[in-house]
Amino acid sequence: MHELSICQQMMVQVNEIALQNHASSIESISLQIGPLSGVEATLLKRAFPFAAAHTIAEDAELIIEELPVVIQCNLCGSKSNTTPNKLVCSHCGDYHTQLLSGDEMLLTNIELTRADPARKNH
Amino acid sequence: MCDTCGCNITHGNQHLIKAGGKLSLANNGKTSISVLKNLMSENDHIAKHNRDHFDKHNVLAINLMSSPGSGKTALLEATIQKLKKQFRIAVIEGDLETENDAERIRKQGVPAIQITTGSACHLDAHMVHDALHNLSLADLDFVFIENVGNLVCPASFDLGQHLNVTLLSVTEGDDKPSKYPVMFRAADLMLLTKTDLLKVLDDFDTVKAEENLRQLASSVPVFELSARFNEGMKNWIDWLSQQYAEQIARVEKGESLKPAIQPDGVDLHHNKQPHAHTQV
Repeated sequence: MHELSICQQMMVQVNEIALQNHASSIESISLQIGPLSGVEATLLKRAFPFAAAHTIAEDAELIIEELPVVIQCNLCGSKSNTTPNKLVCSHCGDYHTQLLSGDEMLLTNIELTRADPARKNH
Repeated sequence: MCDTCGCNITHGNQHLIKAGGKLSLANNGKTSISVLKNLMSENDHIAKHNRDHFDKHNVLAINLMSSPGSGKTALLEATIQKLKKQFRIAVIEGDLETENDAERIRKQGVPAIQITTGSACHLDAHMVHDALHNLSLADLDFVFIENVGNLVCPASFDLGQHLNVTLLSVTEGDDKPSKYPVMFRAADLMLLTKTDLLKVLDDFDTVKAEENLRQLASSVPVFELSARFNEGMKNWIDWLSQQYAEQIARVEKGESLKPAIQPDGVDLHHNKQPHAHTQV
Protein backbone atom coordinates (compact mmCIF):
# COMPACT_ATOMS: atom_id res chain seq x y z
CA MET A 1 0.00 0.00 0.00
CA HIS A 2 2.34 2.75 -1.19
CA GLU A 3 -0.50 4.59 -2.93
CA LEU A 4 -0.98 6.97 0.00
CA SER A 5 2.63 8.16 -0.13
CA ILE A 6 2.33 8.57 -3.91
CA CYS A 7 -0.89 10.57 -3.37
CA GLN A 8 0.95 12.76 -0.88
CA GLN A 9 3.72 13.40 -3.40
CA MET A 10 1.08 14.27 -5.98
CA MET A 11 -0.49 16.75 -3.56
CA VAL A 12 2.85 18.59 -3.24
CA GLN A 13 2.78 19.17 -7.00
CA VAL A 14 -0.92 20.03 -7.02
CA ASN A 15 -0.43 22.61 -4.27
CA GLU A 16 2.48 24.17 -6.15
CA ILE A 17 0.42 24.49 -9.33
CA ALA A 18 -2.55 25.87 -7.38
CA LEU A 19 -0.34 28.52 -5.83
CA GLN A 20 1.29 29.46 -9.12
CA ASN A 21 -2.15 29.91 -10.69
CA HIS A 22 -3.81 31.75 -7.80
CA ALA A 23 -6.37 28.98 -7.53
CA SER A 24 -9.22 29.40 -5.10
CA SER A 25 -10.32 25.80 -5.57
CA ILE A 26 -9.43 22.72 -7.56
CA GLU A 27 -12.20 20.96 -9.43
CA SER A 28 -10.40 17.94 -10.78
CA ILE A 29 -7.02 16.24 -11.01
CA SER A 30 -6.37 13.96 -13.98
CA LEU A 31 -3.83 11.15 -14.02
CA GLN A 32 -2.65 8.52 -16.46
CA ILE A 33 -1.67 5.22 -14.86
CA GLY A 34 -0.27 2.15 -16.58
CA PRO A 35 -0.27 -1.29 -14.92
CA LEU A 36 3.55 -1.51 -15.02
CA SER A 37 3.93 1.61 -12.88
CA GLY A 38 3.22 -0.51 -9.82
CA VAL A 39 0.36 1.75 -8.77
CA GLU A 40 -3.23 0.60 -8.50
CA ALA A 41 -5.83 3.10 -9.71
CA THR A 42 -8.49 1.87 -7.28
CA LEU A 43 -6.13 2.14 -4.30
CA LEU A 44 -5.02 5.58 -5.44
CA LYS A 45 -8.67 6.70 -5.51
CA ARG A 46 -9.17 5.32 -2.01
CA ALA A 47 -6.06 7.06 -0.68
CA PHE A 48 -6.82 10.40 -2.34
CA PRO A 49 -9.37 11.77 0.19
CA PHE A 50 -6.83 11.23 2.99
CA ALA A 51 -4.04 13.03 1.13
CA ALA A 52 -6.36 15.83 -0.03
CA ALA A 53 -8.05 16.48 3.32
CA HIS A 54 -7.64 20.10 4.49
CA THR A 55 -5.99 21.12 1.22
CA ILE A 56 -7.20 23.23 -1.68
CA ALA A 57 -8.05 19.97 -3.47
CA GLU A 58 -10.31 18.68 -0.71
CA ASP A 59 -13.38 18.64 -2.97
CA ALA A 60 -11.59 17.80 -6.19
CA GLU A 61 -12.44 14.80 -8.28
CA LEU A 62 -9.58 12.42 -9.06
CA ILE A 63 -9.91 11.25 -12.67
CA ILE A 64 -7.71 8.30 -13.59
CA GLU A 65 -7.19 7.13 -17.14
CA GLU A 66 -5.83 3.59 -17.12
CA LEU A 67 -3.53 2.98 -20.06
CA PRO A 68 -2.96 -0.34 -21.83
CA VAL A 69 0.34 -2.21 -22.05
CA VAL A 70 1.61 -1.77 -25.62
CA ILE A 71 4.97 -3.04 -26.84
CA GLN A 72 6.87 -2.79 -30.10
CA CYS A 73 9.27 -5.49 -31.26
CA ASN A 74 12.78 -4.29 -32.12
CA LEU A 75 13.22 -7.29 -34.42
CA CYS A 76 10.06 -7.52 -36.52
CA GLY A 77 8.67 -4.08 -35.73
CA SER A 78 5.14 -5.20 -34.92
CA LYS A 79 3.15 -3.56 -32.15
CA SER A 80 1.02 -5.55 -29.74
CA ASN A 81 -1.32 -4.95 -26.84
CA THR A 82 -0.38 -7.33 -24.07
CA THR A 83 -0.44 -8.04 -20.33
CA PRO A 84 2.11 -6.88 -17.71
CA ASN A 85 3.79 -10.29 -17.41
CA LYS A 86 4.04 -11.05 -21.14
CA LEU A 87 6.28 -8.46 -22.72
CA VAL A 88 7.76 -10.60 -25.48
CA CYS A 89 6.64 -9.98 -29.06
CA SER A 90 3.33 -11.70 -29.68
CA HIS A 91 4.18 -12.11 -33.38
CA CYS A 92 7.75 -13.43 -33.48
CA GLY A 93 8.30 -14.25 -29.79
CA ASP A 94 11.49 -12.22 -29.43
CA TYR A 95 12.13 -10.51 -26.10
CA HIS A 96 13.90 -7.47 -27.51
CA THR A 97 10.85 -5.26 -27.24
CA GLN A 98 10.25 -1.66 -26.29
CA LEU A 99 7.44 -0.54 -24.06
CA LEU A 100 5.33 2.11 -25.82
CA SER A 101 2.74 2.42 -23.08
CA GLY A 102 2.01 0.83 -19.71
CA ASP A 103 4.41 2.21 -17.09
CA GLU A 104 2.95 5.73 -16.86
CA MET A 105 2.38 7.43 -13.54
CA LEU A 106 1.54 10.89 -14.85
CA LEU A 107 -0.19 13.97 -13.56
CA THR A 108 -1.72 15.20 -16.81
CA ASN A 109 -4.22 17.94 -16.04
CA ILE A 110 -5.63 20.06 -13.26
CA GLU A 111 -8.91 21.94 -13.56
CA LEU A 112 -9.03 24.87 -11.16
CA THR A 113 -10.89 28.07 -10.41
CA ARG A 114 -8.74 31.16 -10.21
CA ALA A 115 -9.29 33.74 -7.52
CA ASP A 116 -10.91 36.88 -8.92
CA PRO A 117 -8.06 39.34 -9.64
CA ALA A 118 -10.48 42.27 -10.16
CA ARG A 119 -11.53 42.19 -6.55
CA LYS A 120 -7.94 42.67 -5.40
CA ASN A 121 -7.37 45.61 -7.73
CA HIS A 122 -10.39 47.69 -6.67
CA MET B 1 2.75 24.93 5.18
CA CYS B 2 -0.66 25.93 3.94
CA ASP B 3 -2.25 27.56 0.97
CA THR B 4 -4.13 30.29 2.77
CA CYS B 5 -1.61 32.50 4.57
CA GLY B 6 1.09 32.49 1.91
CA CYS B 7 3.71 30.76 4.05
CA ASN B 8 4.59 28.49 1.13
CA ILE B 9 5.64 31.37 -1.09
CA THR B 10 9.40 30.89 -1.12
CA HIS B 11 12.41 32.62 -2.63
CA GLY B 12 12.20 30.00 -5.33
CA ASN B 13 8.68 30.71 -6.50
CA GLN B 14 7.77 34.23 -5.46
CA HIS B 15 8.94 35.74 -8.76
CA LEU B 16 6.24 33.75 -10.51
CA ILE B 17 3.38 35.31 -8.65
CA LYS B 18 4.63 38.88 -8.25
CA ALA B 19 2.83 41.48 -10.38
CA GLY B 20 4.10 41.00 -13.91
CA GLY B 21 5.40 37.50 -13.21
CA LYS B 22 4.55 34.90 -15.81
CA LEU B 23 1.84 33.31 -13.70
CA SER B 24 0.40 36.49 -12.28
CA LEU B 25 -2.33 36.93 -14.88
CA ALA B 26 -5.38 35.18 -13.55
CA ASN B 27 -8.71 34.71 -15.24
CA ASN B 28 -12.08 34.37 -13.70
CA GLY B 29 -13.77 31.02 -13.88
CA LYS B 30 -12.40 27.56 -14.35
CA THR B 31 -9.09 26.96 -16.00
CA SER B 32 -7.59 23.76 -17.22
CA ILE B 33 -3.87 23.40 -16.62
CA SER B 34 -1.92 20.86 -18.61
CA VAL B 35 0.82 19.35 -16.48
CA LEU B 36 2.38 16.09 -17.72
CA LYS B 37 4.66 15.51 -14.78
CA ASN B 38 5.60 12.21 -13.25
CA LEU B 39 3.71 11.71 -9.99
CA MET B 40 7.02 10.74 -8.43
CA SER B 41 8.95 13.82 -9.54
CA GLU B 42 9.35 14.95 -5.94
CA ASN B 43 11.01 11.64 -5.04
CA ASP B 44 12.94 11.45 -8.31
CA HIS B 45 14.48 14.85 -7.72
CA ILE B 46 15.98 13.72 -4.42
CA ALA B 47 17.00 10.42 -6.02
CA LYS B 48 19.01 12.31 -8.63
CA HIS B 49 20.60 14.31 -5.85
CA ASN B 50 21.63 11.06 -4.10
CA ARG B 51 22.99 9.64 -7.35
CA ASP B 52 25.03 12.79 -7.95
CA HIS B 53 26.55 12.35 -4.47
CA PHE B 54 27.46 8.72 -5.18
CA ASP B 55 29.03 9.66 -8.51
CA LYS B 56 30.98 12.54 -7.05
CA HIS B 57 32.67 10.14 -4.64
CA ASN B 58 33.19 7.24 -7.10
CA VAL B 59 30.70 5.10 -5.18
CA LEU B 60 28.60 2.36 -6.78
CA ALA B 61 25.14 2.11 -5.16
CA ILE B 62 23.20 -1.14 -5.43
CA ASN B 63 19.60 -1.60 -4.31
CA LEU B 64 18.71 -5.14 -3.18
CA MET B 65 15.04 -6.05 -3.43
CA SER B 66 13.14 -9.24 -2.68
CA SER B 67 10.38 -10.69 -0.56
CA PRO B 68 11.10 -10.96 3.20
CA GLY B 69 13.29 -13.91 4.12
CA SER B 70 14.85 -14.52 0.71
CA GLY B 71 18.34 -14.00 2.12
CA LYS B 72 19.32 -10.41 1.40
CA THR B 73 21.17 -9.92 4.68
CA ALA B 74 22.87 -13.32 4.48
CA LEU B 75 23.97 -12.49 0.94
CA LEU B 76 25.41 -9.18 2.14
CA GLU B 77 27.29 -10.88 5.00
CA ALA B 78 28.88 -13.35 2.59
CA THR B 79 29.57 -10.61 0.04
CA ILE B 80 31.29 -8.35 2.56
CA GLN B 81 33.53 -11.22 3.65
CA LYS B 82 34.69 -11.69 0.08
CA LEU B 83 34.97 -8.04 -0.92
CA LYS B 84 36.10 -6.14 2.15
CA LYS B 85 39.82 -6.59 1.58
CA GLN B 86 39.54 -5.08 -1.87
CA PHE B 87 36.72 -2.57 -1.47
CA ARG B 88 35.35 -0.19 1.17
CA ILE B 89 31.70 -1.06 1.78
CA ALA B 90 28.75 0.37 3.69
CA VAL B 91 25.17 -0.85 3.96
CA ILE B 92 21.87 0.99 4.39
CA GLU B 93 19.27 -1.33 5.89
CA GLY B 94 15.53 -0.81 5.52
CA ASP B 95 13.03 -2.53 7.79
CA LEU B 96 9.79 -1.58 9.47
CA GLU B 97 11.29 -2.12 12.91
CA THR B 98 14.47 -3.30 14.72
CA GLU B 99 18.19 -2.69 14.32
CA ASN B 100 18.83 -6.43 13.85
CA ASP B 101 20.06 -6.40 10.26
CA ALA B 102 22.37 -3.41 10.76
CA GLU B 103 23.89 -5.20 13.76
CA ARG B 104 24.52 -8.31 11.66
CA ILE B 105 26.29 -6.18 9.04
CA ARG B 106 28.38 -4.29 11.63
CA LYS B 107 29.68 -7.64 12.90
CA GLN B 108 31.32 -7.95 9.47
CA GLY B 109 33.32 -4.82 10.27
CA VAL B 110 31.63 -2.36 7.91
CA PRO B 111 29.38 0.62 8.69
CA ALA B 112 25.63 0.03 8.54
CA ILE B 113 22.83 2.56 8.86
CA GLN B 114 19.44 1.19 9.84
CA ILE B 115 16.36 2.97 8.52
CA THR B 116 13.22 1.94 10.36
CA THR B 117 10.26 2.93 8.23
CA GLY B 118 7.58 2.41 10.89
CA SER B 119 4.72 1.24 8.73
CA ALA B 120 6.04 2.23 5.30
CA CYS B 121 6.42 -0.72 2.97
CA HIS B 122 9.37 0.68 1.00
CA LEU B 123 12.36 3.01 1.17
CA ASP B 124 12.15 6.32 -0.65
CA ALA B 125 14.81 8.75 -1.82
CA HIS B 126 14.33 11.05 1.18
CA MET B 127 15.00 8.25 3.68
CA VAL B 128 18.15 7.23 1.83
CA HIS B 129 19.24 10.85 1.63
CA ASP B 130 18.94 11.18 5.40
CA ALA B 131 20.90 7.96 5.89
CA LEU B 132 23.67 9.25 3.62
CA HIS B 133 24.29 12.09 6.05
CA ASN B 134 25.64 9.43 8.42
CA LEU B 135 28.04 7.90 5.91
CA SER B 136 31.34 9.27 4.70
CA LEU B 137 31.04 8.60 0.97
CA ALA B 138 34.61 9.76 0.35
CA ASP B 139 35.76 6.68 2.27
CA LEU B 140 33.59 4.19 0.36
CA ASP B 141 33.50 2.23 -2.90
CA PHE B 142 30.18 0.38 -2.54
CA VAL B 143 26.92 1.31 -0.85
CA PHE B 144 24.43 -1.54 -0.70
CA ILE B 145 20.86 -0.54 0.07
CA GLU B 146 18.85 -3.44 1.48
CA ASN B 147 15.28 -2.43 0.73
CA VAL B 148 12.26 -3.43 2.81
CA GLY B 149 11.37 -7.05 2.07
CA ASN B 150 8.46 -6.64 -0.34
CA LEU B 151 7.99 -7.57 -4.00
CA VAL B 152 5.54 -4.74 -4.72
CA CYS B 153 6.18 -1.21 -3.48
CA PRO B 154 10.00 -0.82 -3.56
CA ALA B 155 9.96 -1.20 -7.35
CA SER B 156 8.22 2.16 -7.77
CA PHE B 157 10.74 4.32 -5.88
CA ASP B 158 14.03 5.48 -7.34
CA LEU B 159 16.49 5.87 -4.44
CA GLY B 160 19.44 7.19 -6.43
CA GLN B 161 21.00 3.76 -6.86
CA HIS B 162 22.82 2.75 -10.04
CA LEU B 163 21.65 -0.84 -10.20
CA ASN B 164 18.78 -2.98 -8.93
CA VAL B 165 19.41 -6.56 -7.88
CA THR B 166 16.33 -8.70 -7.28
CA LEU B 167 16.63 -11.89 -5.26
CA LEU B 168 14.32 -14.87 -5.69
CA SER B 169 14.86 -17.65 -3.18
CA VAL B 170 14.10 -21.17 -4.31
CA THR B 171 11.68 -21.61 -1.42
CA GLU B 172 9.31 -19.09 -3.02
CA GLY B 173 8.18 -20.52 -6.35
CA ASP B 174 9.55 -20.16 -9.85
CA ASP B 175 6.53 -18.15 -11.07
CA LYS B 176 7.34 -15.08 -8.96
CA PRO B 177 8.52 -13.04 -12.00
CA SER B 178 5.12 -13.62 -13.64
CA LYS B 179 3.25 -12.69 -10.47
CA TYR B 180 5.29 -9.55 -9.71
CA PRO B 181 6.27 -8.21 -13.16
CA VAL B 182 6.86 -4.63 -12.00
CA MET B 183 9.51 -5.76 -9.51
CA PHE B 184 11.31 -8.26 -11.73
CA ARG B 185 11.22 -5.96 -14.74
CA ALA B 186 13.19 -3.44 -12.66
CA ALA B 187 16.06 -5.89 -12.04
CA ASP B 188 19.50 -5.37 -13.56
CA LEU B 189 20.42 -8.80 -12.21
CA MET B 190 18.31 -11.65 -10.81
CA LEU B 191 19.81 -13.89 -8.15
CA LEU B 192 18.29 -17.27 -7.36
CA THR B 193 19.24 -17.72 -3.72
CA LYS B 194 19.31 -20.62 -1.22
CA THR B 195 20.04 -23.05 -4.05
CA ASP B 196 21.43 -25.52 -1.49
CA LEU B 197 17.76 -26.26 -0.78
CA LEU B 198 17.01 -27.29 -4.38
CA LYS B 199 17.80 -30.89 -3.52
CA VAL B 200 14.84 -31.01 -1.15
CA LEU B 201 12.51 -28.76 -3.13
CA ASP B 202 11.29 -30.61 -6.20
CA ASP B 203 8.80 -27.93 -7.21
CA PHE B 204 11.23 -25.10 -8.02
CA ASP B 205 12.56 -25.19 -11.58
CA THR B 206 15.43 -22.72 -12.12
CA VAL B 207 14.96 -22.91 -15.90
CA LYS B 208 11.30 -21.95 -15.55
CA ALA B 209 12.19 -19.08 -13.22
CA GLU B 210 14.50 -17.69 -15.88
CA GLU B 211 11.90 -18.27 -18.63
CA ASN B 212 9.35 -16.30 -16.60
CA LEU B 213 11.84 -13.45 -16.31
CA ARG B 214 12.47 -13.50 -20.08
CA GLN B 215 8.70 -13.16 -20.63
CA LEU B 216 9.12 -9.66 -19.18
CA ALA B 217 11.43 -8.77 -22.09
CA SER B 218 14.37 -8.87 -19.70
CA SER B 219 17.81 -9.94 -20.90
CA VAL B 220 19.63 -9.39 -17.59
CA PRO B 221 21.93 -12.10 -16.16
CA VAL B 222 20.59 -14.73 -13.75
CA PHE B 223 22.96 -16.32 -11.22
CA GLU B 224 22.29 -19.17 -8.81
CA LEU B 225 23.95 -19.13 -5.41
CA SER B 226 23.85 -20.21 -1.80
CA ALA B 227 25.37 -17.54 0.45
CA ARG B 228 25.17 -19.83 3.46
CA PHE B 229 27.18 -22.63 1.88
CA ASN B 230 29.36 -20.32 -0.20
CA GLU B 231 28.25 -21.90 -3.47
CA GLY B 232 28.01 -19.99 -6.75
CA MET B 233 29.32 -16.79 -5.20
CA LYS B 234 32.02 -16.27 -7.83
CA ASN B 235 29.66 -15.05 -10.61
CA TRP B 236 28.10 -12.53 -8.24
CA ILE B 237 31.42 -11.24 -6.90
CA ASP B 238 32.85 -10.99 -10.44
CA TRP B 239 29.73 -9.12 -11.57
CA LEU B 240 30.11 -6.64 -8.70
CA SER B 241 33.79 -6.04 -9.49
CA GLN B 242 32.92 -5.54 -13.15
CA GLN B 243 30.11 -3.11 -12.27
CA TYR B 244 32.45 -1.15 -10.00
CA ALA B 245 35.02 -0.83 -12.80
CA GLU B 246 32.26 0.37 -15.13
CA GLN B 247 31.11 2.92 -12.56
CA ILE B 248 34.62 4.37 -12.30
CA ALA B 249 34.87 4.55 -16.09
CA ARG B 250 31.47 6.30 -16.26
CA VAL B 251 32.35 8.86 -13.63
CA GLU B 252 35.59 9.67 -15.47
CA LYS B 253 33.52 10.42 -18.57
CA GLY B 254 31.09 12.52 -16.53
CA GLU B 255 28.28 10.01 -17.08
CA SER B 256 25.89 8.32 -14.70
CA LEU B 257 23.62 5.28 -14.72
CA LYS B 258 20.01 4.84 -13.70
CA PRO B 259 18.61 1.37 -13.04
CA ALA B 260 17.44 -0.34 -16.22
CA ILE B 261 13.77 0.31 -15.71
CA GLN B 262 12.28 3.28 -13.99
CA PRO B 263 8.85 4.47 -15.02
CA ASP B 264 9.71 6.51 -18.09
CA GLY B 265 6.26 7.49 -19.27
CA VAL B 266 7.10 11.16 -18.90
CA ASP B 267 10.08 10.87 -21.20
CA LEU B 268 8.00 9.08 -23.79
CA HIS B 269 5.18 11.58 -23.75
CA HIS B 270 6.86 14.83 -23.11
CA ASN B 271 10.25 16.47 -23.17
CA LYS B 272 11.46 16.93 -19.65
CA GLN B 273 11.50 20.52 -18.52
CA PRO B 274 14.72 21.74 -16.94
CA HIS B 275 14.42 21.67 -13.22
CA ALA B 276 16.35 24.00 -10.95
CA HIS B 277 18.34 22.03 -8.41
CA THR B 278 18.13 22.98 -4.78
CA GLN B 279 20.57 21.71 -2.20
CA VAL B 280 18.78 19.62 0.37
